[in-house]
Amino acid sequence: MQQFIRETGCVMPLDRANVDTDQIIPKQYLKSIHRTGFGVNLFDDWRYLDPGEPGMDHSTRRLNPDFVLNDARYQGATILLARDNFGCGSSREHAPWAILEYGFRVVIAPSFADIFFNNSFKNGLLPVTLEADAVEQLFALASAENPLQLTVDLETQTVAASEGFSASFEIDPFRRTCLLEGLDEIGLSLKEADAIRAFEAQHRQSQPWLFTHS
Amino acid sequence: MSGRTLYDKLWDSHLVTQRDDGSALIYIDRQLLHEVTSPQAFEGLALAGRRPWRLDANLATVDHNVPTENQAAGVEAIADPVSRLQVQTLDSNCDAFGITQFKMADPRAGIVHVIGPEQGATLPGMTIVCGDSHTATHGAFGALAHGIGTSEVEHVLATQCLVAKKMRNMRVTVSGPLGFGVTAKDVILAIIGQIGTAGGTGCAIEFAGEGIASLSMEGRMTVCNMAIEAGARVGLVGVDEKTIEYVKGRPFAPTGDLFDAAADSWRTLVSDADARFDHEVTLDGTLIEPQVSWGTNPEMVTGVHGQVPDPTQIDDPLKRGAVERALKYMGLTGGQSIDSIRLDRVFIGSCTNSRIEDLRDAAQVVDGKRVADSVKQAMVVPGSGLVKAQAEAEGLDQIFLEAGFEWRDPGCSMCLAMNADRLGPGEHCASTSNRNFEGRQGTGGRTHLVSPTMAAAAAVAGHFVDVREWL
Ligand code: SF4
Repeated sequence: MQQFIRETGCVMPLDRANVDTDQIIPKQYLKSIHRTGFGVNLFDDWRYLDPGEPGMDHSTRRLNPDFVLNDARYQGATILLARDNFGCGSSREHAPWAILEYGFRVVIAPSFADIFFNNSFKNGLLPVTLEADAVEQLFALASAENPLQLTVDLETQTVAASEGFSASFEIDPFRRTCLLEGLDEIGLSLKEADAIRAFEAQHRQSQPWLFTHS
Repeated sequence: MSGRTLYDKLWDSHLVTQRDDGSALIYIDRQLLHEVTSPQAFEGLALAGRRPWRLDANLATVDHNVPTENQAAGVEAIADPVSRLQVQTLDSNCDAFGITQFKMADPRAGIVHVIGPEQGATLPGMTIVCGDSHTATHGAFGALAHGIGTSEVEHVLATQCLVAKKMRNMRVTVSGPLGFGVTAKDVILAIIGQIGTAGGTGCAIEFAGEGIASLSMEGRMTVCNMAIEAGARVGLVGVDEKTIEYVKGRPFAPTGDLFDAAADSWRTLVSDADARFDHEVTLDGTLIEPQVSWGTNPEMVTGVHGQVPDPTQIDDPLKRGAVERALKYMGLTGGQSIDSIRLDRVFIGSCTNSRIEDLRDAAQVVDGKRVADSVKQAMVVPGSGLVKAQAEAEGLDQIFLEAGFEWRDPGCSMCLAMNADRLGPGEHCASTSNRNFEGRQGTGGRTHLVSPTMAAAAAVAGHFVDVREWL
C-alpha cells in the first residue's frame, strides 16, 4: 500500500453534503477488472457535460465550467474538502481509487460514510474528520481568490495553513501505523495464522452447522 | 454487568484476536462474491501467490452486469464486451481457485443478497461479508453481515478474517401494529426519513418492536437491506421461530440432528432484556403511511399524501441548498403534491424487493388491470432464477404480461443500470430499489423509491396513488 506521512497541497472545496459513490465514480466505469484508469472519470456526471462511457477518449469531452474540479484555481489540488457524510452509498473501492488516481491524497470532511472511510485507508488515501467549525473555516479560506495551501501531517495528526489555520485530528492507531509504514494488511494478519487456525477449530467444534456446504 | 445486545453476542463469538490498538480480527463464516468487486481481489491474491483460506466459505454469483433477456444463452448474451469480460473473469477466477459459483443460466443464479438466504447459505449466527453495501440484508437472520471493499474481499479470501473495530449499538423500535397495506419498504423508508442517511453511521442497527416482528422474513430482509441507506453497515433482527422455519430445508442449511442443535443455539440470538444500546429511536408503526421518495437521497421521502418540500420554508441554508438542488435535478416544484408526479417507467426488482412475496403483492395489485398508456415501460425483474421459476409456477408472469409489464430474467438490472436497462435523461421512475441518487438508474434519470405495491399501482395509474385504496 502507498505510504502516507504528510501532504502539502492545494485544497479543492466541494460544497455539497452526502456526496455519494455513484457521483464519485458512476457505475458504467465499474465494469473494469483493473485497479487503475478511474481518475479521468472522477465525478464524471458533474465534471463533463456529455454522458460518459468506458473506452471514450475523455480528452475530447465537453467540460462543465461550473463544476469546481474544472476551476483553474484548483488544478493540481491534492486535498479535497467536502461536507457531511462524504462517500455514502455503495462499497465500491473504485471511489477511493478514482480520487487517488486523480491526484488527491487527503479528503477532509466533518463526517464520512463508514465503508468509504475504511476503503480509503486500504489505499493510502487519508480521510480526515474535522469539527464542523473548522471545516467551515476551511471552506471560506479555500473559496478565496488565491487557492489555499494546506499541510496535512499524519505523524503529528495536524492540519495547518500559513493563513493561520490549524487543527488536530483523531485517528485510529492501527490505521495510522499502516499508513505511515505503507503496510500490507494481509501480511500482517497472516502473522496471526496460528490464532486464526485455533479459533477456527474451536468454532467448528462449537457450531459445526456453520461449516456445512450444499 | 448489563446484558449483551445481539450485535455484542455475534461479535464476541467471532473474535479471533483483540489487538492493543483497538482493532480486532473477526472470523468470517461466509463470503459472497460477485463480478464487480472481486476481480481486483483475485488479482491481488494471485500476484501475492496466496490461496483462499477456506474454499467452502465462499459462494459466487453474477448479478450486476448480466442482461435481463436471453440469459439462457450464457455469457454470449452479454452484448457489451467490457461487461462480458468482467463476468468471464469471475467465471475463470472461481474455476481457477475452486470456488462454488452459480454461473449465468444456472437457475440458482441471481442477485447476491437474494440467493444467499434462498440457498440457506445465510444462516443465523454467521458473520457474512460481500463486496457490496447491501450485505446488511442478511442481518434479517440474526447474522452479522457487512458490506466490504475490494481490498477487504482479498483480505477475507486470504485469511478468513476481517480487520474490524466494534461498532456502536443502535436500536430502532417500530411499535405496532402496522396499518393495513403498509409494507416493510414503507417502514424502512419512514425510518430513514426520520433518522437521515447518516443516522446510523458507525452503528449496527437492530430493528425491533411489533412492527418488525410482524414482518415475514422477506419483509425483514427489505428492512435490513436499507440499513446502509441509513448510514449503518449492519442491520439486524433477532431470531424467532419465523427465522428458523425459513432456513429449514434449504440446500446449504444443516439437516437432521445438526439442524435441531443449530436451532437451539439460534434461539439465543436476541438481545438480552437488560442490554444497553448507545442510541435508541422509536417510531410509531401505526402512523406509517405508504412512502414515496421525492429527492436525490433516501431521506428525502414522505407519505403518499404528502407534498414535496418548499425550499422557501427552510431556514437552514445548507438544507435549503440541498433541497433546491434536489428539486432542480428531479424536475419538481416545491409544494407539489406527491400524487401529481407522473411516471415514465416503473421498475419492480432489486435486492430490496424482488423476492417471491414482493412479486405476489405487486401481481395482486395489477391483476386484471393495464399499465397506463403514458408509462413507456414497466418491468419486473425477479431476484433469482428460482424466484422467477416460482413466480411462473404460480402464474404471476402471466398477470404481469397481460397487464403490459415486461417479464425479465434475474439480476440487478435497473437498480443501478450497469446493463442495458436504464432511464433516459429526465425520466421519472417508480422503483422498488434502494437508491435515488443522481444518475443511479441512468444519467439524468429521476428515481422515486417505493414499495412493490405502490410501484404496481403507479404503473396502472400513471402517477402515484395510495395503493391502500386498491387493496
Ligand atoms: S440489486 Fe441493486 S443494490 Fe442490490 S446488489 Fe444489485 S445493484 Fe446493488
